[in-house]
Amino acid sequence: MSEHPHGTLRPDVGEGDHRAGPSHAPVTLVEYGDYQCPHCARAHPIVTEIRKQLGASLQFVFRNFPLTEIHPDAGHAAEATESVAQSSGNDAYWAMHDAIYEHQMDSLDALDDEHLVQYAADIGADAARVQADLDGGTFEERVRADFVSGVRSGVNGTPTFFINGVRFDGNWSNRREFAAALQSPSA
Amino acid sequence: MSDHPTMLRAGTAAPDFTLHSTPDQTVSLSEFRGRPVILAFYPADWSPVCGDQMALYNEVLPEFHKYGAELIGISVDGAWCHAAFSQARHLRFPLLADFEPKGETSRAYGVYRTHDGQSERALFVIDGEGVIRWSYCSPVGINPGADGILEALEAMHPDKAVAR
Repeated sequence: MSEHPHGTLRPDVGEGDHRAGPSHAPVTLVEYGDYQCPHCARAHPIVTEIRKQLGASLQFVFRNFPLTEIHPDAGHAAEATESVAQSSGNDAYWAMHDAIYEHQMDSLDALDDEHLVQYAADIGADAARVQADLDGGTFEERVRADFVSGVRSGVNGTPTFFINGVRFDGNWSNRREFAAALQSPSA
Repeated sequence: MSDHPTMLRAGTAAPDFTLHSTPDQTVSLSEFRGRPVILAFYPADWSPVCGDQMALYNEVLPEFHKYGAELIGISVDGAWCHAAFSQARHLRFPLLADFEPKGETSRAYGVYRTHDGQSERALFVIDGEGVIRWSYCSPVGINPGADGILEALEAMHPDKAVAR
């Protein structure tokens, strides 16, 4: 039983996921990320650039993996994106996702509730709804479900990427290596 | 896969130990009889990455508890070092000091690295009767994650499978 197949995405990408790009794209990249993780913030422009580069041949999916003991604002940041997705739709979700990563380094309190609500307002989403959802913990369970799916998939830190369901153990910060893995996925 | 050749395997009785969890408290494996125990041997406190192995397990703790399982971290660091590390990472499970005689417990489980004086990054899932049900040794530089642990716990208690 020690022969354990590590690093297989489960569950597969589906209706409940936040997806960008065509669902029938030959390559699907799934990121498990934490909005307060500096490595994830560093990965964000790299992923954005690669998504542009690969265009319609890539579907991108983001799942929440907040490490809330070391990143106390990561849970609410994830819940805020879920609130925006539900109240204002998929495009607003991605705008909120981008806004949080772009602002992460602004200050030590860049991801407190007040700022999260402000980012929602800035992108034209329902900011009052975000505040209410954070106060009520509306999306706590959804975020935890993402986290548990990540654990079951073999996520071992943030960010962790899966290319067509297989964990990418290479170096994502090397754009050429990352892009090459996406252009010729092993699965 | 880089299984340590001497690592104890499934079906073996887990060697008992008594180690310091804090400078004035000790923990023995036998105290956990009746409950599954996860032993996570790791090389050293203060690994310089976000979401290192112990920080990850700290977040997964509620999932382990669904199986009634307790988690114990073990390295050769001393109890004062563990206390500082545990406080910095807000860890909610004990870290034991395999410190004196150095590495004795790691050796008993077959996961001591004599060439650099540290434990391997090795996982053991032990059942309530004190028998090892699953073990795994990861390359020292690779955080093994928690999926293997959850699968082993699930195999012991299929009725408590975590959703999704």
